[in-house]
Amino acid sequence: MAAPITLHLEFGGGAELLFEGVKDHQVTLPSQSQPWDMKQLLVWIRANMLKERPELFVQGDTVRPGILVLINDADWELMGELTYELQDRDTVVFISTLHGG
Amino acid sequence: MTQCSAHTRGSTVFSRKFRFCGSLLYAYITAFVHGIATIMEQEVFKLKQQLVEREREISVLKDTLAQLQTSNISIELQEEVTALAPLKEKVMLSNEDVMRYSRQLVLPEFGVKGQLKLSQASVLVVGCGGLGCPLAQYLAAAGIGRLGLLDYDEVELSNLHRQVLHGEQTRGQPKALSAAQAIRRLNPAVECIPYHLRLSHENALQLIQQYPPYCSDNVPTRYLVNDACVLAGKPLVSASALRMEGQLTVYNYEGGPCYRCLYPVPPPPETVTNCSDGGVLGVVPGIMGCFQALEVLKIASGQASSCSQQLLTFDAQDVRFRSIRLRPRQAGCAVCGEKPTVTALKDYETFCGTSATDKCRRLCLLSKEQRISVQEYKEILGGGTPHLLLDVRPLVEVDICHLPFSLSIPLASLEDRKTEDVQLLKERIVETKQQLKSESCVPVYAICKTGNDSQKAVQILQQMAGSELEPISAKDVKGGLMAWAQKIDPSFPQY
Ligand SMILES: [Zn+2]
Repeated sequence: MAAPITLHLEFGGGAELLFEGVKDHQVTLPSQSQPWDMKQLLVWIRANMLKERPELFVQGDTVRPGILVLINDADWELMGELTYELQDRDTVVFISTLHGG
Repeated sequence: MTQCSAHTRGSTVFSRKFRFCGSLLYAYITAFVHGIATIMEQEVFKLKQQLVEREREISVLKDTLAQLQTSNISIELQEEVTALAPLKEKVMLSNEDVMRYSRQLVLPEFGVKGQLKLSQASVLVVGCGGLGCPLAQYLAAAGIGRLGLLDYDEVELSNLHRQVLHGEQTRGQPKALSAAQAIRRLNPAVECIPYHLRLSHENALQLIQQYPPYCSDNVPTRYLVNDACVLAGKPLVSASALRMEGQLTVYNYEGGPCYRCLYPVPPPPETVTNCSDGGVLGVVPGIMGCFQALEVLKIASGQASSCSQQLLTFDAQDVRFRSIRLRPRQAGCAVCGEKPTVTALKDYETFCGTSATDKCRRLCLLSKEQRISVQEYKEILGGGTPHLLLDVRPLVEVDICHLPFSLSIPLASLEDRKTEDVQLLKERIVETKQQLKSESCVPVYAICKTGNDSQKAVQILQQMAGSELEPISAKDVKGGLMAWAQKIDPSFPQY
């Protein structure tokens, strides 16, 4: 049994608008038999945090194109993407790319 | 100092000749000679003074003439891409250069070497807007050799809060020309080439190849600019700004990733917000454009950029910067990977499913029968048929302007089925039904700024009709309030 973990989630670049405009969120994931990974986190966010129009955030089992995911200030591609095993007190950031100027 | 010592020597010779005379006479003569010498000294001094004055006047006249001559050379607006002559090689700095650039010349990281390199550098600024203006301004001020200024738009009043090279006087002029004129006033030594054209897959490569070695962008034609930069082997200093946030990355530089490595698939068009929809505080692109200028100056003067494989994000609300380590160049990338599938530029608007212009991004969610024009709505209004006009814009925009008889319920509240708003809508539909005096459905017309959100609202209203709401006939007003202002009521504000 893995203990519950607390994460710092951040949304930016407009992605926060899907979360009632709130950029910073402290969340606690309940304990489960296996450790939490990114794929499960996305499912959890979809079920617990996204109220409307989930397709603007997730597509299939990953984030929609145009959203960059960072784990502890590094591109998640460097960390194993969906398979990254979340640690207690990790910071996960979702940034929508901006188009404007 | 030289004048003084010459005079002293002269008087010594005189006094030696008259030494046999009495001491009194000697004193008189000395005083007399001294007097002559003093008068001569004053005369010489005066003449020299006048010469200096005249020389200064001449140089002021020369400067004024030169300024008039350069400002009289009309800046030629380019409507197509033409071949450019190579930049004249500069081997040393003039005195004026030294004076102008002195504060950066004393920087050890920059120095004369950096300045000379910069004078040989060409940069293409894609878009002379909120980012392009400060970028072009600082590059020109620092003494870049050549600036290509590309923009297909004209200067509008709603640009001036952030596009600081343009002004009241250049309203309606091509932005590229307006920016070039401002740059000319700032530093006439910079060669400015304004391009009044739309960047396309046909001209992008030819254009970018002419700007060895740096290029910058700010538009949704990012895939086009990115691919052209990869194919031409140029780095891309890219920034963007929206609302209260900014982002910056240097792509395709020193083996780092390109834009496609990060974003292999374009975002769905409905998730892309631009400045006219999302808003932007002018100083935010100002700050990001300055960061772009900084990175270009570093690369052009021979220092390395530290933004390759890095994303800098700026949150203007919390004044927070964050530097993020990005993935390296991707072997599977479609344009810069090991087996590229993109080897020539193609049609990018189809690829991205959206138009390349910032302004007219038009959705088509409803059928013809579900939409009415502003002219048709004017007739409905004139005919006195009871109906409901539903303004679905965010409240911040309703505060700017609205039609007095409209009911305001933002699209977001409709999407969330907010209880009090649904209740309000119900009541107004019942009221209108009573006025109708017939059994037909209540006509509800949704309106927004330009006619995108109003279509989404109609789709929601149709879902609600018959269950959450009485049966209604929902349509949207094509082109929204901006079309109303342009075609029906010129006194209605446009934003
Ligand atoms: Zn790439």
